[in-house]
Amino acid sequence: SWSPSRSDQSFCTGEESGVWTRSCCHFSTREDLDFQQSQVQINSILRSNEQTVNVPEFDGRALSAVRKFDSNHLPANTPNEDRRSAATCLQGMLFGVFDGHGGWACAQAVSERLLYYIAVAMMPKQILEELDKCMDLGRPIPPILQWYKHHSDFNYRESAPLYIRHLRVFWQELLDNEEHDEGMSPQEALSCAFRRLDADISLEAQVPLSSDLMKSTAIQVAFAGCTACVAHVGTDGIHVANTGDCRAVLGVQNNDGSWSAVPLSKDHNSQNQDELERIRAQHPPSERDTVVTDDRLLGVLMPLRAFGDVRFKWSVELQQSILASLESGVDLDSLNLYQYTPPNYLTPPYLEVTPEITYHKLRPQDHFLILGTDGLWDEFSSEEAVRLVGEHLSGIHLQAPVSPSERKLKLGQMHELLLKRRARASPALDTNAATHLIRHALGTGEYGESSQERLASMLALPEDLARMYRDDITVTVVHSHNKSH
Amino acid sequence: MAPGLLPRLLLPQMGFRLAGRGLWTSPQCLAVSGDSQLPPVPGQARVVICGGGIVGTSVAYHLAKLGWTDIVLLEQGRLGAGTTRLCAGILSMAKPISIESQMANYSSSLYQQLEEETGVKTGYVKTGSLCLAQNQDRFISLKRLATRLKVLGINCNIIKPKEIAKLHPLVNIHDLVGALHLPDDAVVSSPDVNHALAVAAARQGVQILDRTAVQQVVVEKGHVMAVETDRGSIECEYFVNCAGQWAYELGQASEVKVSVPLHGCEHFYLLTKPLQEPLAPNTPVIIDMDGRMYARLWQGGLLSGGFEKNPKPIFTEGRNQLEIQNMQEDWDHFEPMLGALLRRMPHIETAEIHQLVNCPESFTPDMRCLMGETPGVSGYYVLAGMNSSGLAFAGGAGKYLAEWMTYGYPSANVWPLDIKRFGNLQSSRTFLRHRVMEVMQPRVQTHSFEFLPYDFWRYLLSLDQSKTFYKPDWFDIVGAEVKCCKEAVCVIDMSSFTKFELTSTGDQALELLQYLCANDLDVPVGHIVHTGMLNERGGYENDCSVVRLSKNSFFIISPTDQQVHCWSWIKKHMPNDPHLHLEDVSWKYTALNLIGPRAMDVLAELSYVSMTPEHFPSMFCKEMSVGYANGIRVMSMTHTGEPGFMLYIPIEYALHVYNEVMSVGQKYGIRNSGYYALRSLRIEKFFAFWGQDLDTFTTPLECGREFRVKFDKDTNFLGREALLQQRQEGVFRRFVMLVLEDHDTELDLWPWWGEPVYRSGQLAGTTTSSAYSYTLERHVCLGFVSPPPGPEGLPMPITPDFINRGDYEVNIAGQRYPAKAKLYPFSSLFTQQKRRKEDMELSNLQGK
Repeated sequence: SWSPSRSDQSFCTGEESGVWTRSCCHFSTREDLDFQQSQVQINSILRSNEQTVNVPEFDGRALSAVRKFDSNHLPANTPNEDRRSAATCLQGMLFGVFDGHGGWACAQAVSERLLYYIAVAMMPKQILEELDKCMDLGRPIPPILQWYKHHSDFNYRESAPLYIRHLRVFWQELLDNEEHDEGMSPQEALSCAFRRLDADISLEAQVPLSSDLMKSTAIQVAFAGCTACVAHVGTDGIHVANTGDCRAVLGVQNNDGSWSAVPLSKDHNSQNQDELERIRAQHPPSERDTVVTDDRLLGVLMPLRAFGDVRFKWSVELQQSILASLESGVDLDSLNLYQYTPPNYLTPPYLEVTPEITYHKLRPQDHFLILGTDGLWDEFSSEEAVRLVGEHLSGIHLQAPVSPSERKLKLGQMHELLLKRRARASPALDTNAATHLIRHALGTGEYGESSQERLASMLALPEDLARMYRDDITVTVVHSHNKSH
Repeated sequence: MAPGLLPRLLLPQMGFRLAGRGLWTSPQCLAVSGDSQLPPVPGQARVVICGGGIVGTSVAYHLAKLGWTDIVLLEQGRLGAGTTRLCAGILSMAKPISIESQMANYSSSLYQQLEEETGVKTGYVKTGSLCLAQNQDRFISLKRLATRLKVLGINCNIIKPKEIAKLHPLVNIHDLVGALHLPDDAVVSSPDVNHALAVAAARQGVQILDRTAVQQVVVEKGHVMAVETDRGSIECEYFVNCAGQWAYELGQASEVKVSVPLHGCEHFYLLTKPLQEPLAPNTPVIIDMDGRMYARLWQGGLLSGGFEKNPKPIFTEGRNQLEIQNMQEDWDHFEPMLGALLRRMPHIETAEIHQLVNCPESFTPDMRCLMGETPGVSGYYVLAGMNSSGLAFAGGAGKYLAEWMTYGYPSANVWPLDIKRFGNLQSSRTFLRHRVMEVMQPRVQTHSFEFLPYDFWRYLLSLDQSKTFYKPDWFDIVGAEVKCCKEAVCVIDMSSFTKFELTSTGDQALELLQYLCANDLDVPVGHIVHTGMLNERGGYENDCSVVRLSKNSFFIISPTDQQVHCWSWIKKHMPNDPHLHLEDVSWKYTALNLIGPRAMDVLAELSYVSMTPEHFPSMFCKEMSVGYANGIRVMSMTHTGEPGFMLYIPIEYALHVYNEVMSVGQKYGIRNSGYYALRSLRIEKFFAFWGQDLDTFTTPLECGREFRVKFDKDTNFLGREALLQQRQEGVFRRFVMLVLEDHDTELDLWPWWGEPVYRSGQLAGTTTSSAYSYTLERHVCLGFVSPPPGPEGLPMPITPDFINRGDYEVNIAGQRYPAKAKLYPFSSLFTQQKRRKEDMELSNLQGK
């Protein structure tokens, strides 16, 4: 569905731009008529990608720290460039959100493969051996992951054998490793899996592959990019590995019933001073002013760490030879590939995948974890998101009385404050916490009250305009098994 | 503004106490040190007033003024520590009904001179007030109010938005249509007025005891005997319950329970710090009824509150508090009112907050106060339930209650406020809690006939041509009902009417009724008599129909709201005779009114008895069977002047009889009908209704009902002397019928009631009720007119010439419409019926 729509567009622009403009205008007017969508329409759009999974408390091996999770995404790009994953592995549960750029290819591949790499890295040697034996003998392989997929989530069928082969290479290397007896700790596993997968992606684009489709897919994946934020929820703690500008935030309920946010990741973008310093230190001082310009890596890329994006990792020569190696006749434009070198591309690599990993030991007051792509964080602060989910969770919109310090406000300010408080007190429309967040991200008025009109107009934006007003939003909210519930 | 005025709103300093009886000590000396310093409770008093708020002190003040001695006022906390302490202090005369405006008017003049009388500063500032209108409907209602206030002599003007801006620089006038300006409205400090009234009362000998709580009112043989307090008991003849919020519970705390139907509700207002650009101290009070808010100047800042759509009832479970304090502030609840304030005065958004005050107030089921002697216990008076207008009403209400206690009746018609208008139905706590949440609504809605937007969107679309005060939507429906009453037959459910049975072994019942009723009741059995029950002044206490069921038993039918009042009126005059028995049978009978020329056909078919006037003359009652049901009292009267019957049906047969009537009536074109049809029919025939046209100040002579007074008999009856004297002197006012001319029913505002009537350009009276007559195709207003006072300001007797030779006009919301005044109904309305009946019989013969 993706490529035909592309060629349609190129046809229009190429042939008769006048007609195209006119038809576009016509299209927009019709949209205007539908501008005010009904509540039913709004709900069906918001909920079409909604996913809620209740996790059994005891799965036969261990007590689960996760009670349930809610997930949802709302595309702005056509097609959507965000991906999400959720699965149970031997040592707990894994959740990931992925924000692709330069197309969806890289995000798709990473969302399919990353959790396997992590699960495998954590597996004890004995299980890996069994796995390998089954492969050898052609016996059914015991599942590495138990996936939770929404019907709209899909896999690259063509590339599946390639991916399995490379995963097997990875575990065989682990088997060869003398120190791998008990499997890696989640921390090591996350770090190792990120780097290994990115290396595999890079490699697959360079090696000869059996089919043209696989070849072009591998190159597409490597030239596109994606950020990733993955959480491993074990029985007693959460590990978060983040690369790029997705974010993981923990929702903590204070003694007085109010909510506060504990960040479990750092955004890798130009707002992060440490990150800027890290990149600058990796390149000669002469490049100090050109490495990050206009808040972007080499003036082009927003996230400062990512999967794929070999354009920022390989030498110019390698990039050119790989693109040239594609069979003639393959339309590079249609694959979203083109000969292009970022400015001031002097001392590659400029980009790496290395995740930043944090650990948080679970406490009774920790109620949920929000994983979201930057589309969400463009609309909310972490605190706001946690408060929304927290109040959605508790159902009672516990509201402390207006405090003495607030009573010192001027009348106008007080009125604004009261309107905000009123907005918070209105009941939630969605049971899914992720949908609840997305609804508020787009449909919130001046005072935080939910605004049906704003939501309707945001959702009614025509495809060509949507990305100007909002980004793809993907949210996964993981609810912990808290004794206090 | 006096500097000492307003801190009292926040800091109770009501610590005055009395060293000896009637001797006033410094109000500043606050006795904190304990009960040992409290003066002893006297063992005996004539009157005990419970409640030291502005209402209680006003009653004490006025009783003392009228010469009462031996008055004790008890307050469980400190004086004025209840609602009075937190009152917003707005003294406005723009009230929904005239009697309330009159009370406010009197209060205003009282408070104005109180400072001079007592030396206590009351903070009275004549600021004037502005009632704003955001839409045409509101504007019309304000214009109607203005015409009414002018009749009372209250100064007021309808003004344009530009003039509003001149009077109040902060008001945003962009969404306003106009306003009503009352230049004589004022602000005052209610705790200080309370204080001043207490000082004045104490000077006249009233003994004021604070920190003394009433525990029980002792009743013996239906009369107040004593009051038990936590500090000893006081024997007394009269007890006055002015306990405000706690009046309901105090009523429950007497040996014979007294129903005081009121309920507390939280009320919030905001105080700001002084504004940066100060306003003139006489800047008018703003009352924005559409915005549901009010605002006045307060110590250089603003005081602003409002009436919310979701009121918060409190004290349902009866939490008695000595003093109202530590009430929760609820900013979130206040948000809509703050929003309304900022919309009305956008510039004050930079003002700083001083405090949000929560001041609980008590509300009654109909938003009118509760006044008068309770029906069950004689000597037990109530004045409470001020519906957030305690300050404005206290002076006038205190005066009326004092007059009531002194003379047996007040100097004005206070029936709308009489506690006897409520029955036991309204004293359920749950009812009161839910009702108070409801009544907060119309408070700032239009007066008298409030606008109810049943279809909100249509309301928005049709705002400019809203029909509130114009030809109503139900016009054609009622028209069809009236037509059906005139030509076929209609059923109206009139079960709510008050029904009593008076029986005796001998002729005690007849004797009692002959004394109580102006008309002669010594009639043959089966006859119905329309009669008034008059007071000593000859005024109507009740206007009823009495049926002589047998030699010694009578059936008394009175208007609905007479249930408590009439009961206590009869009881009051009934000798204590075990052989004379009065029973309230209102619940035992369902009343169906069959109106129309075909009513007799329907009944004849159901009873196999001929119902023609020859067999069943008018004003006659027979017990007969209708359908399968026995014992139905069938009366040939309809309260409308139309032919037809009232059926008083034992309640268990009601449904059966109704179904039979409807199914048999089908071929005669029967239909259900409602009160508006009844009203139109009775008004076009000049029938007066008690409670609307007749009150305790109206005599039969004034409304042309001399024929219903037994002057020719020698029997004495209540009010006879007064009537004889009036017959001698002539009447000074006369009930007339005014037929509007040159009034376009489609386009002009409709009259309802309370419209001023002008004779040859001079104010001559007001209307009391009105309706559109579908027969005359005109509006008919009923009302009273009186000639201008004579040379020495004395009232002049009215003559038929005065009625017949004047050019009359009725003023509807400022527009005057010419009217023809009549002393007698159109006889054509009655003869026409006869002719139509003959026609019908003819057409019936020919078949349909």
